[in-house]
Amino acid sequence: MVSRLIPFRDDPIQPSEPTPVTITFDGEPLSGVVGQSIAGVIMANERLGFRRTSANDAPRGVFCGIGVCFDCLVVIDGVEDVRACQRRARDGDVVTTQHHTLPEGEGS
Amino acid sequence: MIGSVIIIGAGIVGASCARSLATRGVDVTVIDRSAAVSGTTAGGEGNLLVSDKAPGSELTMALHAAALWPRLSAELANELGTFPDMEYEQKGGLVVATTAAGASPLLSFATAQRDAGVQTEELTIADALRLEPDLNPAITAAVFYPQDSQVQPVIAAEALLASARRHDARVLQNAPITGPVLSADGALVGVTTPTETVRADAVVIAAGPWSGEVARTLGVLLPVFPRRGIVLVTSRMRHRVFHKVYDADYVGAVGSDDAALQTSSVVESTAAGTVLIGSSRQQIGFDASMRTEVMAEIAAKALRLFPFLADHQVMRAYGGFRPFMPDHLPLVGPDHRLPGLWHATGHEGAGIGLAPVTGDLIAAMMVGAEPELDVAPYSPSRASLAPFLTEVA
Repeated sequence: MVSRLIPFRDDPIQPSEPTPVTITFDGEPLSGVVGQSIAGVIMANERLGFRRTSANDAPRGVFCGIGVCFDCLVVIDGVEDVRACQRRARDGDVVTTQHHTLPEGEGS
Repeated sequence: MIGSVIIIGAGIVGASCARSLATRGVDVTVIDRSAAVSGTTAGGEGNLLVSDKAPGSELTMALHAAALWPRLSAELANELGTFPDMEYEQKGGLVVATTAAGASPLLSFATAQRDAGVQTEELTIADALRLEPDLNPAITAAVFYPQDSQVQPVIAAEALLASARRHDARVLQNAPITGPVLSADGALVGVTTPTETVRADAVVIAAGPWSGEVARTLGVLLPVFPRRGIVLVTSRMRHRVFHKVYDADYVGAVGSDDAALQTSSVVESTAAGTVLIGSSRQQIGFDASMRTEVMAEIAAKALRLFPFLADHQVMRAYGGFRPFMPDHLPLVGPDHRLPGLWHATGHEGAGIGLAPVTGDLIAAMMVGAEPELDVAPYSPSRASLAPFLTEVA
């Protein structure tokens, strides 16, 4: 899947001129526009993997995009498990992917 | 000696009976009114517990099951090859009292269980907090049960069914039972479905909470009743719950006869990072509506065990119906009222764990082998059930 931001002058819905927003994603600056979700900014920059699963270390990203599946969880400004699709991007947001390994030595 | 058997119900108990019989060379047909493994087996948590059982016949079966599961999961994994992992894990159960009054009943319950052969470890509060660092430090007593385990019940049941199929069992789905086939002398020798008549030497009802309905269709009355339960699922998080952790008042809720709503905290995490929060018990027939007051009560009680859960979100909830018996014992064996009819049902909330033992007992009795346990306590003709058979009839 390819996601891209349409230049606002080409956008058929004719939005007003957007205000840019910059976040960092795993240390890398990504730009978007005010009003986009964190997931929107990340995907418009062609990144799809938001976290990796504990059990199989498999990548996860935006599955439902409407806050139901909880697959697109990221760390934002130190807060874990935030749904990237439900959080508007704000200038300076520090976003990181997350991965938690399974606990070792189950039982006592 | 029984050579062919019909099993009604393709949940984990039916699947276990099918595998135990088919591997002993019996010709098996499993019939389910809808899709296999879509009822009670799919509506629970997959708990294999010894910790919630008082000394008695159910505990005897549970201890036997605790020893059987590790072998069974390895056997099935070997036999089925690429089949999905059934996630059997002996993670242990931590039972805690959350009130001053609850401490001494928990410790004396554990002592009685230890005398009956259960592995129990009485822990200091500090030791309990070492096992579960995020547990509420205000607990008043804690007992660890290393034998408590869990399994993914849907995969386990499908694996048992797959094994039965490899031993030539047939599985008919979307085939409700419409009536009995009786011999000239009145024995049950088969069943009818909307599309076919299936004959066999014996018929086993393994339809969980719907067993009463199936029994009625076959001409006998059976006091198995649905007992509703709801489970909450949080969104995933860093693993902070490492065992099955539950409030000691759960034991009282399991053993109760009360039809009204009862809730008691049972909290555990999954490999994915979600936390499962139970439990509720309510006798409201087959009303499957999700009741917010039940969910709210379960959520509030879970915070008594793990206060940190207050900051996390419940992602979804699901529910199911347990097959409740008025005398609190599973029903495993031939029905004395109708020759040819057998039962493997009534395990209430313990059916996942007890299924393999149930299958083995049924199979041993049917092929004339010596059952591994005394089967009298589970017999449909046991004294404790007699008043209910009369009452229902």
